[in-house]
Amino acid sequence: MSLLKETDHGTPRRPGAASVSVEIDGTAVQVPEGTSVMRAASEAGVPVPKLCATDSLEAYGSCRLCLVEIDGKRGTPASCTTPVEEGMQVRTQTPRLAKLREGIMELYISDHPLDCLTCSANGDCELQDMAGTVGLRQVRYDEHGENHLNAPKDTSNPYFDFDGSKCIACARCVRACDEVQGTLALTLDGRGFDTKITAGVGQSFLESDCVSCGACVQACPTATLQERSVVELGMPNRTVLTTCAYCGVGCSFKAEMRGDEVVRMVPAKDGGANEGHSCVKGRFAFGYATHPDRVLAPLVRERITDEWREVSWTEALDFTARRMREIQAAHGLGAVGAITSSRCTNEEVYVVQKMVRAAFGNNNVDTCARVCHSPTGYGLKQTFGTSAGTQDFRSVAEADVILLIGANPTDGHPVFASRMKRRLRESAQLIVLDPRRIDLVRSPHIEAAHHLPLGPGTNVAMVNAFAHVAVTEGLVDAGFVAERCEGYDEWAEFIARPEHSPEVAAEVTGVPADDIRAAARLYATAGNAAIYYGLGVTEHSQGSTMVMGMANLAMATGNIGRDGVGVNPLRGQNNVQGSCDMGSFPHELPGYRHVSDDAVRSVFETVWGTSLSPQPGLRIPNMFDAALEGSFRALFVQGEDIAQSDPNTAHVHAALAAMELVVVQDLFRNETSKFAHVLLPGTSFLEKDGTFTNAERRINRVRPVMAPRTGMHEWQIVGEIAKRMGSPMGYTHPREIMAEIAATTPTFAGVSFELLDEVGSVQWPCTDAAPAGTPIMHRDGFVRGKGRFVPTTYVPTAERTTRRFPLVLTTGRILSQYNVGAQTRRTGNVAWHPEDLLEIHPHDAEVRGITDGDEVSLASRVGTTSLRARLSDRMPAGVVYTTFHHPVTGANVVTTEHSDWATNCPEYKVTAVQVALRTAPPGPADAPSGRARTAPPVPAAGS
Amino acid sequence: MSGDLPPTVRLANDIAAQFVHRRDSDAAVQEIAGHVRSFWEPRMITELLAAVDGGAPALDPLALRAARLLR
Ligand code: SF4
Ligand code: SF4
Ligand code: SF4
Ligand code: FES
Repeated sequence: MSLLKETDHGTPRRPGAASVSVEIDGTAVQVPEGTSVMRAASEAGVPVPKLCATDSLEAYGSCRLCLVEIDGKRGTPASCTTPVEEGMQVRTQTPRLAKLREGIMELYISDHPLDCLTCSANGDCELQDMAGTVGLRQVRYDEHGENHLNAPKDTSNPYFDFDGSKCIACARCVRACDEVQGTLALTLDGRGFDTKITAGVGQSFLESDCVSCGACVQACPTATLQERSVVELGMPNRTVLTTCAYCGVGCSFKAEMRGDEVVRMVPAKDGGANEGHSCVKGRFAFGYATHPDRVLAPLVRERITDEWREVSWTEALDFTARRMREIQAAHGLGAVGAITSSRCTNEEVYVVQKMVRAAFGNNNVDTCARVCHSPTGYGLKQTFGTSAGTQDFRSVAEADVILLIGANPTDGHPVFASRMKRRLRESAQLIVLDPRRIDLVRSPHIEAAHHLPLGPGTNVAMVNAFAHVAVTEGLVDAGFVAERCEGYDEWAEFIARPEHSPEVAAEVTGVPADDIRAAARLYATAGNAAIYYGLGVTEHSQGSTMVMGMANLAMATGNIGRDGVGVNPLRGQNNVQGSCDMGSFPHELPGYRHVSDDAVRSVFETVWGTSLSPQPGLRIPNMFDAALEGSFRALFVQGEDIAQSDPNTAHVHAALAAMELVVVQDLFRNETSKFAHVLLPGTSFLEKDGTFTNAERRINRVRPVMAPRTGMHEWQIVGEIAKRMGSPMGYTHPREIMAEIAATTPTFAGVSFELLDEVGSVQWPCTDAAPAGTPIMHRDGFVRGKGRFVPTTYVPTAERTTRRFPLVLTTGRILSQYNVGAQTRRTGNVAWHPEDLLEIHPHDAEVRGITDGDEVSLASRVGTTSLRARLSDRMPAGVVYTTFHHPVTGANVVTTEHSDWATNCPEYKVTAVQVALRTAPPGPADAPSGRARTAPPVPAAGS
Repeated sequence: MSGDLPPTVRLANDIAAQFVHRRDSDAAVQEIAGHVRSFWEPRMITELLAAVDGGAPALDPLALRAARLLR
């Protein structure tokens, strides 16, 4: 499509029915109450000139360019700040208004460089447009008068520049940072002529609190705040609508192109998840897609000690299929399997699980969601009947109390965090359950009502105590429970036992009982209480128990089935939800239906033309165990760096080294490809054609801006391997894959590329009964019929601190980086996070003689690594914290084999460690682990 | 230390620990066995049963009763 310019109505849309009638220059229009005259005029098709107004921000009324005349009102009110009244007669074009506007523009232009022809914003500048609109022909002020033409430039941000000489002091940037992003990094300092924009307290953008979300750049009507890529490449000339490929928020973007080159990514105003907002990753960090490190041709080798050989696609695919069959012939059908990626599209994931089930003939397919949100799938399915969050993101705007558990949305899910912050600034109260004092506990205009810094691994004790308070203090929504749920009596008896009281929980969690009671009462008595949670819930040995505990609490207090409530996982990767939906788990076919269900299997057997195994397959950790034991020999890994991202690195490396065939499909060589025999180059999101499903079950289109740089789409590669193994797939376009998903999977029955292209996005279930999708689930009844209470025993993790390992390590993530960093480390985002740091409490540091910035060793019973220390009291003494974005840190060198009892999701969040000042020169992660040494010798590939 | 047990024994013990609070231990055993049947690949069950045959000294009593149902 040509360059898409969204209409800017000047002020935000107001909710409600269009009940107020007004007339603008003789045209009648109806708008909701509270709408501005400016917006009504725009909707009537007679836009009013404006500079300081834009419809993502509340009106400000500073430029006065939008003056109008209104019958019965004196003077010339600003249309942006004047709300409509019934029967209003408005005139937007009169000689008096024209003269006033011309005078205003003349003043602006007199203090503005007249370099329009060479300005980077030429053609995309509202000041330029308005000068034309008001018919400005001359400027009577002399350029030698006082002006800002020599104002300094700030080029500290890696992605955008600030050129003060072009600033018209409209404060759109300041308001965007306040209202849209909620960071409050900018201020408008001084008065009158001296007014200027400042980041932080007179700092550069990079030094300030700015998180580089780009909202100010987008709001700026001039070239003052401008993407550097626009300066370098010029104005884009076409738009491709697509979806961010980083996190589970799933923001919609306009990829603005010049030829085949992406000039910039601009968040789409009607994106269902983001409504015009973005974060630094999606907005700016797309350069990895064209990074020279990309592998573009297939590579093959016989042994992992050999050099790679660049080969044709035919040779790589023949080799892969032949070796898979040879290994199955020698070691049985179950000796091979695959791991799907949450970074790939639904269509790409679907074909991988189909390859495993139809061509490999087993159910050995798992997904990287195993190591993040598999407990969500299990826990919500057991209690509510479906493996997905209950709400859309918009719902948070109706929440009165937000219970945030084990999640750090301002870093992990920034665009959702902005929505949450807006609601918190308005009125909602916040309860944070997290060992670490995350930014949301206290940030500008936000203060959590309760922060309960519970010890890592004690979530279940805490949620049980919350439920205990609800049950024993009469705060249960008895009507809801009686009508909608089952198993309540047994659960209530269990949860009311004294061992679940806040007093007992206080001993376990380290949080005073009174604080627990107060927070629990606040949650239970809020009108609308909503739970949001992240990997701090799931990545524990009791992750599934905790998910069910939260579901119990929400049901008991009636907080399910309407706006403003619910139990909501904040998903890590962009398509975690989708990869799970698509049948990536070894016990489930697409749509979360068990492989032992004959009726479901027969649907797929008919479509795929083969019989399917009714037995669950191996999960990722089981694959590794089986590889070490010798019964699992070949693995296809789609777009995941398991050698770096999975826990207990030494164990994983030994398992990979023990395999006869490892096939990696990825953008880059990575840690896993060191163990691979075949490297099949993958496509970036800029080349993909398909769909992603975000954390609110929203299916979004991802559209290619260029052909695959590798020459093959990922779904084609998988189809070709399957074909060579005797199971042709026969797709000619990904839309046919989605058609097959819809035909076989009831919750997707109504989904098609055509529908998505027409409506933008849709939230599953999308069926005949809900053709427009389902933003809020379990409205009238639970998916499983009645919501089921499940007693949740608190079982402490087996990972205990000892004298040798007296500290608890917990892990997290940071805004500017993404997972193991394969993408973000190849962008300008390294400006913010050049290395992983170990946060350690000053007390723990002092007793070890550690000072800020020291190189320290971090050791657990399975391995040792080294990194630099940062002293911080964000965690309680006894707890240390790090991120895992950089491979040299190898944080997973120290994480252990403990995992969730129900799903084997690894316990990343609790590891007993020791920290010591390093005296020897720092090196890469040290060689660790007893288990690695006991691994069997590496069999030669092909032997 | 738990790291020395076969992974299936360790996991079976972890599962059993979730059901110790049940007043009706027969029901708990049924649930544990049902869970294992739904989520474990056959060779994991074989490994667990081999451990049972070998005496499985470290296997939780509830898990042991559940394992017997898996034959
Ligand atoms: S980029 Fe975002 S955080 Fe930074 S100043 Fe602009 S709006 Fe604020
Ligand atoms: S930087 Fe842009 S948005 Fe901010 S005040 Fe100046 S012109 Fe307005
Ligand atoms: S919030 Fe997530 S989906 Fe949105 S732009 Fe940032 S990384 Fe992309
Ligand atoms: S647009 Fe209304 S005062 Fe600026």
